[in-house]
Amino acid sequence: MTGVLAPLPVLLPLLGAAAALLVGRHPRLQRTVSILVLAGVVAVSVALLLIADADGAAAVAVGDWPVPVAIVLVVDRLSALMLVVASTVGLGVLVFAVGQGTADGEENTPLSIFHPTFLVLIAGVSYAFLAGDLFNLYVGFEVLLTSSYVLLTMGGSATRIRAGITYVVVSLLSSLLFLASIALVYAATGTVNLAQLAGRIGDLPDGTQLLLHSMLLIAFSIKAAVFPLSAWLPDSYPTAPAPVTAVFAGLLTKVGVYAIIRTQTLLFPDGALDDVLMCAALATMLVGILGAVAQTDIRRILSFTLVSHIGYMVFGIALASTAGLAGAIFYVVHHIAIQTTLFLVAGLIERRGGTMAVDRLGGLATASPLLAVLFFVPAMNLAGIPPFSGFIGKVGLLGAGVADGGWGAYVLVGGAVVTSLLTLVAMSRVWTRAFWRPAAQEATADTAEAAVHDAGPDVGPDDGPPGTDEPADGEPDDEPADGEPDDEPAGGATSTTVARRTGRRGAWARHVAVATAGSVGGDGRPSGGDEDRTPSRQPLPAVMTAATAVMVALTVGLTVVAGPLYGLTTRAADDLLDRTPYIDAVYGEQEQP
Amino acid sequence: MTPTVVLPVVIGGLYAAGVYLLLDRSLTRVILGFVLLGNATNLLVLSASGPAALAPIFGYAEEEQMSDPLPQALVLTAIVITFGVTAFLLAMVQRSWQLVRQEVIEVDEEDRRVAAREGRDADEMDPDARDPDDLPTEDRPAGKGNRLHSDVDVEARLAQRYGDLPSDDVTLPPTRGGDS
Repeated sequence: MTGVLAPLPVLLPLLGAAAALLVGRHPRLQRTVSILVLAGVVAVSVALLLIADADGAAAVAVGDWPVPVAIVLVVDRLSALMLVVASTVGLGVLVFAVGQGTADGEENTPLSIFHPTFLVLIAGVSYAFLAGDLFNLYVGFEVLLTSSYVLLTMGGSATRIRAGITYVVVSLLSSLLFLASIALVYAATGTVNLAQLAGRIGDLPDGTQLLLHSMLLIAFSIKAAVFPLSAWLPDSYPTAPAPVTAVFAGLLTKVGVYAIIRTQTLLFPDGALDDVLMCAALATMLVGILGAVAQTDIRRILSFTLVSHIGYMVFGIALASTAGLAGAIFYVVHHIAIQTTLFLVAGLIERRGGTMAVDRLGGLATASPLLAVLFFVPAMNLAGIPPFSGFIGKVGLLGAGVADGGWGAYVLVGGAVVTSLLTLVAMSRVWTRAFWRPAAQEATADTAEAAVHDAGPDVGPDDGPPGTDEPADGEPDDEPADGEPDDEPAGGATSTTVARRTGRRGAWARHVAVATAGSVGGDGRPSGGDEDRTPSRQPLPAVMTAATAVMVALTVGLTVVAGPLYGLTTRAADDLLDRTPYIDAVYGEQEQP
Repeated sequence: MTPTVVLPVVIGGLYAAGVYLLLDRSLTRVILGFVLLGNATNLLVLSASGPAALAPIFGYAEEEQMSDPLPQALVLTAIVITFGVTAFLLAMVQRSWQLVRQEVIEVDEEDRRVAAREGRDADEMDPDARDPDDLPTEDRPAGKGNRLHSDVDVEARLAQRYGDLPSDDVTLPPTRGGDS
C-alpha cells in the first residue's frame, strides 16, 4: 500500500502544477484544480501516517532498482507526520490565497503563475520529507527553493527584488555548501543513501566525521535560520504577499529542521556537536525574541519570533533523548500551524487596518471583533499560555531539559522560559496597540484619502503621463500579475504622491511608481508593509476569513489531540534514536520485492 | 589511473575566486562569483568518483577500469540546477537594474530603519513630550504615531555611512536615489 501511496505527495502536486499551467487562462478551473490536488495530497498523507504509525517505517525503491542504487522514498512516522502537517497547512494557505485573489478581482490576469508555483513548492517540500538519500534531499530542497524564489519576487516590485536578491544568494550559498558536503560524503563513504550511510559513517576517522557533520549542519542551519545564520530571514520574508509569507514561515525553515533531525539521529548519532547545537539554540531563542520585541511592524515581529522559536526545536534535537526529540517534533508541528496562521491573520490585519505598523494601527478590537479573536488565540498559543499546544510543547521540552540534568540543559531551560515570556511581551504589544487602544482619529484613512486626492491631478502635469514611461522600460505594467494580490485601487497613486513628497528624484519616482504601482515603499522609506494603504471599510472577504478561522481552529485542535499526538511524536522519536526501523525499512524492501 | 593534482588545484582556485567575488556589492560580480562557486562544487562532485578511468555502461571496459558513474549522474543534475538558478538570478538583477538603475546589493531594511530612527534617539527626545499612545484620542497627532517615520533624511545618512565603503575598482552609488 505504501508502495503506491508514497510517491503521490510528490507526483500529485507536480502533475497538478502542469495542469494548473495548462488551464492558466481559466482562473476558476485553475483554482479548482489546485485545491483538489492539495486536498488529495492531504488525504494521501493522512493515509500514509496511519499506515506508518500502525506498521512502522516503509520504503519504496523507485523503478524497482535494487536498493543501494535505487532512489528510495522512506515513509516513517516522522516524515509521514511532517507530510500531513505540511499539506494541511498548504491547503489552508491556498484557500486563503484564492479568497484574496477573488476579493481583489484578479480573474482577468493574463497568466497566473501563483498556483503552479505553489504546487511545485509543496512537491519540493514533500520530496524533501520523503527522500531516502542525501542527493534527493538536495533536489527536494532545490525544487522548493526555486519555487520560493519565484513566489517571493512575484510581481517584481523594487522591495521584493531587493529582499529577493538577499534571499536567493543566501539560499544558493547554503545549497552549494550542501552539495559540496554531499560530494565529500560520497568521496569518503561511496554512497549517498541515508540508510547505507548510517552504517558506514561510523567507521570513518573522527576528524572526517566532524568535517562532514559540521558542513551538513551549517548547510541545514542556514535553511532553518539557526542563529548566527538567521539574519536573512527577517529581511526577506515580510515583503512577500501574505499567503506566500505564511507558507514560507510555516514550511521552509521546518524542512531545514527536519534535515537537522535526520542528520543528528540517523547519520551522526554519537552527538559530537550537541554542545554546539545547545549554544546555537540558546542564541537563536534570545537574539530572535529580542529582535521581535524591538520591531514595530507586525510581519517583522512575526518573522523574528519565527527565528526565535526555531531555537526550541534545536534545543530538543540537541538533547538527543527520546523526550527531547519528541518535544522537538511536537513543537515543529505546533509551530508550522501557528506561525502560518499568524501570518495569515497579519494579512487580514493589513487589509482591515491599512498598515502593518503597530504604531499606526488602533481600534481593531472594536472595528472587527472577529479579527481580534483570530489574532488573540494563536498569539497566546505562540506565547505558550496554557492550555494551548504551545504550552504543551514548551513543557515537554522543558521537562526533557530538566531530565537531561546537565548544566547546559538547565541554562537552556532558563533561556526557553525567558524567551516564552518575551514572546508574550511582543504579542501583547501588538495586541494592546493594534486592537485595544482607540483608533487614532482615522489617521490612515485621512492620509490615504489626502494622498489619493492630491495625486490625481498631479500625476499628469508634473511627472508626465505615466504611459509615456512604460515603453522606455520595454516592459508593460505587470501589476495584474498574480503576486500582488494586496494592491488597493488607490495604491499606485499613493505611492506616486509619497514619492513626490519625500523629494525623490522625479525620474526615479516615476519609474518606480509605474513599475510597482503601490505595494512598495518605492521611495526609499522603510517599507515592506509600512506603507499607508487605504484601509478597507467593507467587511473582510469571507473566504479569507474562513480559511484563517479554520487554521485557528486547527491550532486549537492541536491542543485537543495533544495527547495522542504526543504519543505519536514519542514513538517517532523512539524510531529515530533506534535507527533500525529506518534502515530495516530501506533494506527490507530488497528481500520482498 | 593515478590521481591528479590538477583537479584539487582548480577547485581550490575556483572556490577562492568565487568567494572573493561573492563578497562584492556589485550584483554582476555576485553572479559571477556564484557561477564560479557552482562550477567548483560540480568539479568537487565529479572528483569524488576518484581518478579518471574508462567510460562505464558501454561495456568496452572491465569493471575495475570503469569510472564511477554515480557522481556523473549527480553532477549532471547539479549542473542543470545551477544553470537554471543562474538564469533566474540574471533575470532578477536585470529587473533590479530596470527599477532602480543600479546593480549593487542595496542597504538592507534593518539599516534603513535604524538610520531612520537615529533622529529620534530616546535620550535626545524632549523629556516633557508624552508618548502619543498615552494621549487622549483627540490630542493624538494623526498619523504621527509611527515613530519610525522621522524627519531625518535616511538616504543622506546611509550615503554618509556607506559612501566610502571600498568597492573594488567600481565607484558605486551607496543607495538607490544616489545616482541619476
